[in-house]
Amino acid sequence: MPHGFLMRHPSTIIFVLLLALFTVAVTVLSEGLGIGVISTSLVKTLGKTLCLALAAIAMDLVWGYAGILSLGHFAFFGLGGYMIGMWLMYERTRDIVVEALADAPIPPTPEEISDAIGNQIFGVVGSSDFPLVWAFADSLFVQLLLVVLVPGLLALAFGWLAFRSRVAGVYLSILTQAMTLALALYLFQNDSGLRGNNGLSGLQNLPGLDHVPQSLVSLWFLWGSALALGMGYLLAAWVVSGKFGSVLRGIRDNEARVRFLGYSVETYKLTIFTVTACMAGIAGALYYPQAGIINPAEIAPIASIYLAVWVAIGGRGRIYGAVIGAAFVSLVSSWFTGGQAPDIPLGFYTVKWVDWWLVVLGLSFVLVTLFAPKGIGGLFDLLSHRFSPDRHGADLGPDQGSLREKEATE
Amino acid sequence: MLRFILAGIALLFSCTLTLAQDRAMQDILQEQAALIMESSRTSIAPAIAAIADSGLPQAQVVLQTWQAKKMWRRVADGVFFRVEKAEDGNYTLIDLDSGEQAGSAKKSDIDQIKPNSGIRALLGSALVQFQLQDPDPRRRWAALTSIQRNPAADLLAPLRASIPMEDDPELKAMKQRAERLLTIAYDPDESSRIAAIDQMSRDIGVDVRATLNPLLETRLAVFAGEPPSDVNIASRLEPGEQITAIAAYDILVAADMGPPRIAPDAIRSALAEHIQGGFVGGVPVHQLDSQPARSRAYAALAAEGLVPPEPTPDAMAETLARHSFLRLFAEPSPAVTDAALKAMRSIDLRVGLNRTLDLFLDGMSLASIYFLAAIGLAITFGVMGVINMAHGEFIMMGAYTGYVVQQVVPDHTLSILLSIPLAFAVTFAAGVALERLVIRWLYNRPLETLLATFGVSIALQQLAKNVFGTQARPLTAPGWLDGAWVLNDVVSISYIRIAIFVLAGVFLAIYLYIMRRTRLGLETRAVTQNPAMAASMGINPNRVNMLTFGLGSGIAGVAGVAIGLFAKVTSELGSEYIVQSFMTVVVGGVGNIWGTLAGAGMIGFLQKGIEWFNPSNTLAAQTFMIIFIIIFIQFRPRGIVALRGRAAGD
Amino acid sequence: MTTLLEVSGVSVSFDGFRAINNLSFRIGEAEMRAIIGPNGAGKTTFMDIVTGKTKPDTGHILWGEKSLSLRGLSEADIAGVGIGRKFQKPSVFEDQTVQENLVLALRKARGPFAVLFYRPTAADLDRVEALAAEIGLSDALLRKSGELSHGQKQWLEIGMLLAQEPRLLLVDEPAAGMTPAEREHTTALLVEAARTRAVVVVEHDMEFVRRLDCRVTVLHEGSVLAEGSLDHVTANKNVIDVYLGR
Repeated sequence: MPHGFLMRHPSTIIFVLLLALFTVAVTVLSEGLGIGVISTSLVKTLGKTLCLALAAIAMDLVWGYAGILSLGHFAFFGLGGYMIGMWLMYERTRDIVVEALADAPIPPTPEEISDAIGNQIFGVVGSSDFPLVWAFADSLFVQLLLVVLVPGLLALAFGWLAFRSRVAGVYLSILTQAMTLALALYLFQNDSGLRGNNGLSGLQNLPGLDHVPQSLVSLWFLWGSALALGMGYLLAAWVVSGKFGSVLRGIRDNEARVRFLGYSVETYKLTIFTVTACMAGIAGALYYPQAGIINPAEIAPIASIYLAVWVAIGGRGRIYGAVIGAAFVSLVSSWFTGGQAPDIPLGFYTVKWVDWWLVVLGLSFVLVTLFAPKGIGGLFDLLSHRFSPDRHGADLGPDQGSLREKEATE
Repeated sequence: MLRFILAGIALLFSCTLTLAQDRAMQDILQEQAALIMESSRTSIAPAIAAIADSGLPQAQVVLQTWQAKKMWRRVADGVFFRVEKAEDGNYTLIDLDSGEQAGSAKKSDIDQIKPNSGIRALLGSALVQFQLQDPDPRRRWAALTSIQRNPAADLLAPLRASIPMEDDPELKAMKQRAERLLTIAYDPDESSRIAAIDQMSRDIGVDVRATLNPLLETRLAVFAGEPPSDVNIASRLEPGEQITAIAAYDILVAADMGPPRIAPDAIRSALAEHIQGGFVGGVPVHQLDSQPARSRAYAALAAEGLVPPEPTPDAMAETLARHSFLRLFAEPSPAVTDAALKAMRSIDLRVGLNRTLDLFLDGMSLASIYFLAAIGLAITFGVMGVINMAHGEFIMMGAYTGYVVQQVVPDHTLSILLSIPLAFAVTFAAGVALERLVIRWLYNRPLETLLATFGVSIALQQLAKNVFGTQARPLTAPGWLDGAWVLNDVVSISYIRIAIFVLAGVFLAIYLYIMRRTRLGLETRAVTQNPAMAASMGINPNRVNMLTFGLGSGIAGVAGVAIGLFAKVTSELGSEYIVQSFMTVVVGGVGNIWGTLAGAGMIGFLQKGIEWFNPSNTLAAQTFMIIFIIIFIQFRPRGIVALRGRAAGD
Repeated sequence: MTTLLEVSGVSVSFDGFRAINNLSFRIGEAEMRAIIGPNGAGKTTFMDIVTGKTKPDTGHILWGEKSLSLRGLSEADIAGVGIGRKFQKPSVFEDQTVQENLVLALRKARGPFAVLFYRPTAADLDRVEALAAEIGLSDALLRKSGELSHGQKQWLEIGMLLAQEPRLLLVDEPAAGMTPAEREHTTALLVEAARTRAVVVVEHDMEFVRRLDCRVTVLHEGSVLAEGSLDHVTANKNVIDVYLGR
């Protein structure tokens, strides 16, 4: 009954329409197909923002609905990027190598080609052999599969360990942060097989499509990102609208009650954790070809915390809040840190936004947490007169129950 | 008895000295004049020996003069002199026996004796004998050090000769040790070498290992058929087992015992050179994109005699089978290498034990660093249950406080002593401000506390970057903390790490004192366990929370000073420790200081232990450590020291 | 009367403190039982053990005709075999409507996939309406449960337990903080429930227990001190000693 579902959730219709409008507008204003008001780099920024919004939806499902403050979802995002990046880099290097060897008097053997690609890709970390993880780099299909599988399996393994032993609340947050740190440190090594801190680069070039200008490629990715965001939004809205969403919110607000109702809380947490990890992986796979480069610094724990920040500023527990938060904060951030914001001369000191933006962001985040826990999304409540129940002062913030539970068990 | 013998030797020695006194150095020089003038490295040895063994007191000076190219010979009568260039352009002659001036001469009247570098080296070793017996202990010590640094075969005899006359016990021990090592390396007598090796097999010094290692050096060798009986075999290598067939064959080729393999690159360029009308050796060029096709074309070319033939795999295997591959000791004597191997095994065992001790010390010092970083958290997170992500930034603030104090107070000892209370004050104030302004509104909402304090953390980090810049600032330890406590060649620990260890102990004591013996500690525990009840007992929970949080933050600041002493002080200093600090508290068991100690110990030792397996890669060590912790928490979700209690308040 | 739940020789200790000491207890189908005892007698821990929240150190917990052992089962599995638990404090999902709360509790497949594709049928909604009527919340079906009064939340929780259709209901101090009228209603709900299933009520309030009119088990220091009708146990010398102090 999708029709009924959409009717009962008008915000979903509004969102999908706005997204479509936005995509069409950007296309019309772009350099690639339109009148050229919006530069290609801005199109890429907008496309990347859509991917971040998709990751924020994943974060909102896992945190805003299920109450699991995961500080690892940007790691899944990055893993998705790495998986698609491997194919892009391999295929493109192969094209270059084959072209270079085509002029040789003797045609190259497959081993010679593979060695030359290895040299090109891994020369920078002092190696020329293909590590095992690149075994499927020549297959777009397998790498696309891995975009979902690798983050999904990592989330499944980690989540199974963590939820099984009833790690919850801040403990889980710290544990996910540790997982992210471990992954980032691992990727920083030269012998991790993913080029250490050099990361993967040249991802904006689609193999075999050198003749297509970037202005057009950027639009393709914008459309792809918009489609993924729209589908992700619909999926998320559908999931949380039904009984599943009811269970998730139940876990967030009162884990013990859900458990004694006979629901396996761990299974639900694991499911949502894994599914959202896959979503984040897909978002990352769309993001990094637009960014052009991915390196381990991208998945440092701080990135995952930013993801939480976006969701919190946008308003957690509502899907459009996550999208608004991610879009708003990341666009404002890139405006301030990109040097476009005007400096403020104070006479004795000139405030340069490049230096001071993070201070402002950090403090505004404190202010949002303290004074506007519903975030920007809370403004819509004022419009629609949607008020939350008066809890008679008993604050039932997400996970409070589970922390107490954690302290009390055993 | 021994004294009598020694006295006898001394007497004999002085007798020879007196006897020799009759003869002058000039006579000896004249006897050896032919050899001296020939000045050839191969024949000069008897001349040097004659001077060195003359027993004359002036022998050393003569050798030095000769070595310094200051010995000349008067053409007229062949007498040797030391010659100094005089101011008037002439040359002053100095008698070699008396050391007095003996007139002057024009340059044309005298010939300079110019020993080549080989001879000068021989003279140097001969001089060692004199230096080793020099009355000045410092000179003897210098000579000994030079022997230890550049051991050589001809130093053994003078060294041995100098031992009985050595009266300084410390120098004597050093000389005996050096003598043992030189014996191992250079003594021509096999049995004395073996004896020396056995003697040193309990010594873990680097020099002993450096002496033994060359004895055990091996080289690859190949023989047609069985090896001759006179070689000292370390091991046999079967191609395909201990050594790859390709590598074995390359050894064969290097020894000129078989036709060389043709490298794929060489094949390709050979093929490229012989393209004729789109064909190479009868194979179309476009088919040459596989190795078998190339081999076929190359074989065709070889059959025509255009290129050297490529050995076939069968031929290579057959050649390999006809040869034996060995690893040979450079040292010819099997008895010596056996003894050296045995000694090495014994030394390796001892070194291993000492390395374990060293690793233990390393682990302990890393553990105390983690403990220092985490002890503030043990209060704010462990006792109060507040997640403060800005804890790392408090550590950073402490370190920067230390840096600023050092800018004002140049004396390092004084400045460190000043910065500790000052860092405490600064971070205490920051902690109180954070608690009053942010955290107290968020009690019981831990996840929001986490995010809000994270906001504070990024703001503080950027603020520090704006104020102090991005480059690392120095926080210099006082001079008396430089250096290290060296137990032996393997085990050592720097004083600064000992100081941090001591500091960690002090902090533990302070924590225990405050929590168990003071009113604040009692009230803190009361407020944490039941705030409503505590309030009704007349405790002001606001005040207690504020002070406790300030205390935890202040301790973080002091830890920052300590950490800044050995780490780079940057705005990211704190964030490097924050995850590990939380891990330490969680792994140890929240709310228990002994748990934090155990957690720090576990993480510190674990990281060092993993690094030991792969010392070049600390990143991997941290990765594996975190994975281990994640798995560890599966089995002890409540930490090492877990508090167990009934469910309260559902 | 067949035995539904049999607990025998169960002990559990926390850091050396024996909260439950060799406790044995049995209850049959369709029986009402009140458990009373002074503070620290182990009443809540007993419930924790039966519902799987606390793992006992020793002893057996057997369930139903097939004598299924509940030791080692998870809370969710134990709820699945038919044991419902009501907490002392009202414990409902305050951010969700009464209807959503009740739909969550309905006896349906609990797996994630089944739940994901579940949409309430007309029969389910009727059942929810009926339950709401039983607990007196028909008018409040679409209100958020956080807006309900304390007593209403307690009833909603009891309603959720009934929606689970358990064979055994464990109820912890249901009447605490209620007005006399609300107690009356609560008593009626429990007595009605006990006609078709076993109900165990932990209670302090003797008046409330008297109104339930059922067998009473007295716990003291983690084991059973006395068992029988309320008049029987209140006449027991040991019970008087425990309640009045020696």
